Amino acid sequence: MSAKSAPAEAAPAATLSKDEILRYSRHLIMPEVGMEGQLKLKKARVLMIGTGGLGAPLGLYLAAAGVGHLGLVDFDKVDFTNLQRQVTFGTSDVGRHKVEAARERLSNLNPAIEIKVFETMLTSANALELFRDYDIIVDGTDNFPTRYLVNDATVLSGKINVYGSIFRFEGQATVFGAAGGPCYRCLYPEPPPPGLVPSCAEGGVLGVLPGIVGSIQAMEAIKLILGAGDTLVGRLLLFDALQMKFREVKLRKNPDCPVCGEKRTITQLIDYQEFCGIRGEEAAPTVSVPEITPKELKARLDRGDDLFILDVREPHEYQICHLDGHLIPLGDLPRRVNELDSSREIVAHCRSGKRSADAVAFLKQAGFKKIWNLKGGILAWSDEVDPKVPKY
Amino acid sequence: MAVKVMIPTPLRAYAGKQDHVDVTARTVGEALDSLVTQHGDLRRHLFQDDGRLRSFVNVYLNDDDIRYLKKEATPVKDGDTVSIVPSIAGGSPAAHRATRGTAE
Repeated sequence: MSAKSAPAEAAPAATLSKDEILRYSRHLIMPEVGMEGQLKLKKARVLMIGTGGLGAPLGLYLAAAGVGHLGLVDFDKVDFTNLQRQVTFGTSDVGRHKVEAARERLSNLNPAIEIKVFETMLTSANALELFRDYDIIVDGTDNFPTRYLVNDATVLSGKINVYGSIFRFEGQATVFGAAGGPCYRCLYPEPPPPGLVPSCAEGGVLGVLPGIVGSIQAMEAIKLILGAGDTLVGRLLLFDALQMKFREVKLRKNPDCPVCGEKRTITQLIDYQEFCGIRGEEAAPTVSVPEITPKELKARLDRGDDLFILDVREPHEYQICHLDGHLIPLGDLPRRVNELDSSREIVAHCRSGKRSADAVAFLKQAGFKKIWNLKGGILAWSDEVDPKVPKY
Repeated sequence: MAVKVMIPTPLRAYAGKQDHVDVTARTVGEALDSLVTQHGDLRRHLFQDDGRLRSFVNVYLNDDDIRYLKKEATPVKDGDTVSIVPSIAGGSPAAHRATRGTAE
């Protein structure tokens, strides 16, 4: 596997300049790296999918280590909510394209390396082309369609896939796509249907977590390049930051894997949005329920109408901002429904309007007739009615 | 047999916020049954309507994937650990973020 990752083909013998020798001296004095290893790093070609939370330590450490050819793929722009964990970026980068801001930061860190940026979404149409010039692909994305796309494209093109993913306080990391090793589909043949596992209420991530998991990916990428040590091939590393525990489980190549198995059925890239149950521009449509806009709600409250505001978010969200509503988290609604008076008019809201739509649908089924969903949630209220309400 | 079932972060909300649940069982399947009997909300996250484990949820007995042992019929010993390891994608809900497609 190390042979696959290392630039095995006879490239012209590279050398290090005097400046590079000084820069990499703490590598060069270690026998595990040395001049030979540093030259392998200089010749290495690594493509990073995503320059966000995982991509931040990845980009910084790979550039600092002297990985000679780095590619960055991301279509997104930096926004304020990124800065809590995407430490490549500064406040002045908000609004800039992530790949441009990242290129500037990484070039400043190490001007001696080549950085190519691809300001595009990774798609079935461009993945194989983008992967062609690179030996190692590092998956720093945050959604299932792109993860399956990265997996299938690495398997089809014979590249290594350094995998990391995170959720709240928990991370997973491994190396897929090594010769004879398993791929992501061997581990998880199918993604979760939209909406089943994490809901909005449970989202979020502690900022340090992608720093740790992305650093593990950077370490694995560098070991693969050097051909040093034991990589995570065949092992899934599970990290629980709250308990501060690392565990690992064995990964096996699934002989029936649809993309890397003996009788593979996937021989080209597919529509990954569809595969993950996400069609069109929007996620799977939520239930259709009666709605009220923030402006209509404001007008009715100003008129003195007797409206009961039901807030179905979590208590920690209520602490951020609220509309003086009665708080019953969506998950508690079934057993706390007796707190509601069905003879009154009720307006339910959450952060963005999705959870409260579920709440309205549930309450309608339970017999409530005069109930509306606040369209766009407290975010829309902040945009359209009261900008003093903070958005999160 | 006394077995510890490890609950991953995304599913702890459905298991009384615990990171593990102690159960008594003879097989992995019994351990999972006992778990969802104690915590009913977990059932639909772990099992399909037909009772089969969901394909994005892997179950390990100690560090071995039960798909390569005897699946749910895999016998357990005192002190074994059963781990539930669902696929996770990133910092925010899959469906929501997928449409924005930003990187984590």
